[in-house]
Amino acid sequence: MFASCADPSSLEGLNWLLCYLTTGKHLLFYSSFLVVLLLMAITAPVALAFGFGGALAARAGFWPLRMLGKGYTAMVRGVPDIVFFLFVPVAMDQGLEWMRHKVKCPDWDAPIRQGNDFLVCEAAKLPLSSSPQIWHEVYGFALAVLAFSIVFGAFAANVLYGAMQAVPRAQLETAAAYGMTQRQVNRRILIPQMWTYALPGLSNLWMILIKATPLLFLLGVEDIVYWARELGATKSAIYDYPHPDWRVWYFLVLLAFYLGMTRISEIVLGRLTARLARGQATMAGEAMRKAGA
Amino acid sequence: MSCWDIVADFGLRSLGIGERVLPRTDITLCHQFTLIGSGMIWNLYFGILALGFGFLLATGLAVAKASRAVWLRKPAEWFIFVFRGSPLFIQFFLAYEALVLLPRAGIEIFGITVQTAWTTRAWAGALFVLFLNTSAYSAEIFYGALRSVPKGDLEAADAYGLTGWKRFRRILWPTTLRLAWPAYTNEAIFLFHATTLVFFSGFPAFQQRGDALYYAKYFAEKTFNPFIPYPIAAFYFVMLTLALIGVFGMINRRLNRHLPGASRPRLKVRPQIIR
Repeated sequence: MFASCADPSSLEGLNWLLCYLTTGKHLLFYSSFLVVLLLMAITAPVALAFGFGGALAARAGFWPLRMLGKGYTAMVRGVPDIVFFLFVPVAMDQGLEWMRHKVKCPDWDAPIRQGNDFLVCEAAKLPLSSSPQIWHEVYGFALAVLAFSIVFGAFAANVLYGAMQAVPRAQLETAAAYGMTQRQVNRRILIPQMWTYALPGLSNLWMILIKATPLLFLLGVEDIVYWARELGATKSAIYDYPHPDWRVWYFLVLLAFYLGMTRISEIVLGRLTARLARGQATMAGEAMRKAGA
Repeated sequence: MSCWDIVADFGLRSLGIGERVLPRTDITLCHQFTLIGSGMIWNLYFGILALGFGFLLATGLAVAKASRAVWLRKPAEWFIFVFRGSPLFIQFFLAYEALVLLPRAGIEIFGITVQTAWTTRAWAGALFVLFLNTSAYSAEIFYGALRSVPKGDLEAADAYGLTGWKRFRRILWPTTLRLAWPAYTNEAIFLFHATTLVFFSGFPAFQQRGDALYYAKYFAEKTFNPFIPYPIAAFYFVMLTLALIGVFGMINRRLNRHLPGASRPRLKVRPQIIR
């Protein structure tokens, strides 16, 4: 990156370290932190939307819809989520390719599952084998986001369902007595009120989401764990910057990163909890009202 | 080859007993059930031992965190923060890389050479990490329960002249356990789920002796069909979860046996995920 780094073998001490930490691969390592943050930024709202849908479905009056919602929330209970992280991307990938296969190659008569192989026609491959490398990476990342969203959506559905049940019934009945329809009650009373009840559960989920991000590595995305292993491994003299096994230092950096994320989240969520408790018929809200008066 | 032969060949494969080569072709449903079930031995091993040792350390940590002495409280707080605030996955990697750096030949302590090679093996290294991790999580649960022991109980203990160890053993500890038990049940389930991470996190599966998920992944890769092995692994874990709920429910009933039926807290199981 710097002109002075042109000849690594002549460098000493701090200069060596500075040049070492700004090699192309290290810049990729730093950008992989952004990949992790991006994953969290996309997954959180998508999972919240999934959870919202699931919770509303589980409350629905229509029986099949209710069963669908309850089934979705029950799905992740009792099974380690890593099973879903390994299962969902492969299943989605095969499902999409199968559908495209049916549409694009209707005259293909060989079976798709030949023994231990999964074969679809060239045109149905996702992404197409001719498309550039970046699309392969984007597709892999998208599948990972989907797997995270489905699993965390189920957990969010659980939390939101509980929060909806916790909104005082009398308030919903009062709204109905004022002549509001079910939909109006949901939109004007239930949903604005439930957040204060949902927040402890949702902040817990956010903490878990932060701590689940290293699993991206298992899905084949080049994330921070991948780069930490790659860069930290012993580099022999044929490399520009030879060094012994430094993986333990790289993982210490990751540990510090995660501890920092957790600490910041704790502070932000604590403030948000205080903000949402304002004017609520809960102990925290009551304490705030008394302090103000 | 009947299913019983397969069970005889692969039933204890995860311990290195029986057939050496994993099935490659003609993989039947029986193969998958047997081998994934065999892998469950490791999940049980990690879960039970980590939970058992973790329970003891967690009790100590909770008491230390609730202590008024700074030199006891601060280390406990930091320990709990570090292990609860970072992903278990990273902890596994970090521990493995750190253990690999130990000198190969062993460490000399007081003239005795202590071998270090075994610490990098999953049965010891991963168990140690899981033990520390579950200790931190359980300690936080116990600490919360310790803080919510009713004031009246303590006043009654004082009135009876109970102090120190006796007060802890007879009054504080049983009530803490009683209050913490529902949350601790979840932690136990959560820990058993976390044992699936071991062989995906640096610790190599020596001679392909892995846990349930290791074999499930093996089959998914060999057959290109994730729809059979993963649901089998999921099935085993649902069974394990139900068994855990049963055992912990029994302990819960015993802990609350002096209470009238209606006021007994029912176990409400809310398994969490990855830590």
